[in-house]
Amino acid sequence: MFFYLIRRIAYGIPIALAVGFVCFMLVQIAPGDPINAIVPPDAPGDVVEQVRRDYGLDKPLPVQFGLWLLKVVQGDLGRSLASGRPVWSDLSSAIGNTLLLAACASLLGFILGCVLGGLAGTFRGSWLDRAAVTLAVGGVSVPHYWLGMVMVVIFSVQLNWLPAMGAGPGGSSDWAWDWEHIQHLVLPAVTLCVIPMGIVTRTVRGIIAEIMNQEFVTALRGKGLTQRGVFVHVVKNAAPTALAVMGLQLGYLMGGSILVETVFSWPGTGLLLNNAIFQRDLPVLQGTILVLAMFFVALNLIVDLMQTALDPRIKRG
Amino acid sequence: MADAISPTRTAAEAELAIQAAQEAGRSTGYWAGVWKRVRRDPVTIGCALVLVLMLLAIICAPLIAPHDPYQGSMIRRLRAIGTPNYLLGTDELGRDMLTRLLYGGRLSWFMGITPVVLAFVIGTVLGVLAGFAGGKINMAIMRVTDVFYAFPSVLLAVAISGALGAGIVNAILALTLVFIPPIIRVAETVTTGVRNLDFVDAARASGANAFTIVRVHVLGNVLGPIFVYATSLISVSMILASGLSFLGLGTKPPEPEWGLMLNTLRTAIYVQPWVAVLPGVCIFVTSICFNLVSDGLRQAMDVKG
Repeated sequence: MFFYLIRRIAYGIPIALAVGFVCFMLVQIAPGDPINAIVPPDAPGDVVEQVRRDYGLDKPLPVQFGLWLLKVVQGDLGRSLASGRPVWSDLSSAIGNTLLLAACASLLGFILGCVLGGLAGTFRGSWLDRAAVTLAVGGVSVPHYWLGMVMVVIFSVQLNWLPAMGAGPGGSSDWAWDWEHIQHLVLPAVTLCVIPMGIVTRTVRGIIAEIMNQEFVTALRGKGLTQRGVFVHVVKNAAPTALAVMGLQLGYLMGGSILVETVFSWPGTGLLLNNAIFQRDLPVLQGTILVLAMFFVALNLIVDLMQTALDPRIKRG
Repeated sequence: MADAISPTRTAAEAELAIQAAQEAGRSTGYWAGVWKRVRRDPVTIGCALVLVLMLLAIICAPLIAPHDPYQGSMIRRLRAIGTPNYLLGTDELGRDMLTRLLYGGRLSWFMGITPVVLAFVIGTVLGVLAGFAGGKINMAIMRVTDVFYAFPSVLLAVAISGALGAGIVNAILALTLVFIPPIIRVAETVTTGVRNLDFVDAARASGANAFTIVRVHVLGNVLGPIFVYATSLISVSMILASGLSFLGLGTKPPEPEWGLMLNTLRTAIYVQPWVAVLPGVCIFVTSICFNLVSDGLRQAMDVKG
C-alpha cells in the first residue's frame, strides 16, 4: 500500500506537468501575439518590447514554458488585463464559492442517486425501477443551463420564493451560513445536482443489481439473514465504487459549473471564466483553468487512493 | 437393444434439428438480428422517429417556416405562445419563434453531431493503432490521452474555444478534441481484446500483413462497440455545443441557434418566460432522444459497458 501510494503520486507528477503545459499552450494557440494577452492594446511600442523581455517572450518556447512554470509554482498566475489585479486575488474567493456550490450539488446528487439507484436495483423491473431510470436519463440529458432558467421562471418569477441571482443579499460574494445566503444557493445547487444524480443512479442501480445476483447474497438469505442484514452486506460491497463515482463527479462539477454559474450569476470560477472570455482576458482564463484542472488531477488521485484504502478486494502493491 | 436406443437417438436428432433451425434463424445475419431486437423496443423506435421528424423539419425549414428568421419588428416583440400567425410567439426582436427554432436546429444539430463524427474517425484510427501496435506506440498515444482526461470535459471545451475565440469552427474543433480521448480509450480496449484472439493469430500465421489483419479481422469486431459508444456522446455533444453558444463561444447573433437563442432570450424570462425557455426544450428533446436511441442500440447490439 505504501509503495502504491508513492507510485501513484509519482505518476501524478508528469500528468500535472502535462496539464500545466496544455494550459500554457492556451495562450499560444490564441490568435495573435501572446504579448497582447499581457499588455493592454494601447501600450506604447517600447513598453511592449520591455514587457516582452521581462516575460521572456523573446526566448524559445520550451524556455518560456520553464519560466512560466517557475512563476506558477510560486503562486504567481500573472495579472488580469481587465482589472490589473493579480489573477490569484480574484480566483481565490471564486474558487471557494465554486467549491461550495459543487460540493452541495454533488452531495445532493449523491444522496438522491443512491436512493433512486438503490431502489431501482433492488426492485428491478418494477415501476419504481422505470421511474428511477427515466429520471436518471433525464438528468444526464437535460441541458442544465436551460434547467436553471426554468427553475428561475418557476421559483423566482412565478412563485417568488427564491432569489434568482448572486450568492448573497446586495450582490455580496462573501459566504455565510444563514438563510439570507443559503436561499441563494438552493436553485443553483438543485440545478447542478441533476447530472451527478443521473450518473450515480445509473451506477448504483447497476452495482446493486449485480451484487444481488451473486451467490453470497443467496447464501446470506439461505442462512436466514433478515432483509436489513442482507442490505448491509450489499451496501458494504457497493460503497467503494459509488464513492469513487461521486468523488469524480465533484471534480466534473467544479469544471462544469460555468454554465450554471452564468445563469445564476453565482460569483465563482465559472462567472470569472465567462467574464474573462467576454473581455478576452487570457491570463485570467489561463490561471482559472490551470487551478481547476490541477484540482481535478488532485481529486482523481485522492479518489483512487481512497478507493484502494476502502476496498480490501483491490490489492495494489 | 435397438428399440431401447432409437428413442434416445430420435430425441438427440430432434434436438440437433432444433439447433440447426435456430442456427439458420440466426444466420440471417448480425444486423438483421439487431434490427429485429430494435424493432421490438418501442422506446428506441419512438425516439428514433422523433429524431427523424426533427431532422426532416430542420432540413425543410425554408419550405415549412412561416416567416423570415432574420426579419424582426419592434411592434410585435415578445408575443405569447399561441398568438395568431405566430404560433410559438416572437423573440426579443420580434422574430417568429417557430421559424427561428426550425432554422436554429440546423446549426445546433450540425455543431452537435460534427464533433462526434470527427472524433469517431480520428479516435478509432488512433485507438485501433494503439491497441493493435502495442508497445511504444500504445504508450505514446495512451499517455497523451491521459493528459486530456485530466480535464473535466466542459472545462476543456470552454478552455480551447475560449482561447481560440468565438466561432462555429472553433467550437467544433474544441468539442472534437474533447471527444477524441474517450473514443481512443474505448477503441484501444476493444482492439487489445480482439488482438489476442485465435483468429488473428491464424491470419498472421497464414501470412496476412498487419494492414490486412486490421482491415479484415479487427475492424469488423471493434467498430460496433466504438460506434455505440460514439452515439452515446451525441447527446452530451449537443448540450455542450449549444452550451458554448449559450456562453457566446459558438455562433454569433443574429444567426439562429438553440443555445444562442436561449442566451439572448434570458432577459425575457420576466416578460414571456415560456417563450424564453422554448429553445431549451428543443435541446432537451433532441438530447434525450439521442441518449435513449443509443441505449437501445447498445442493448440490441449486445455491447457491454
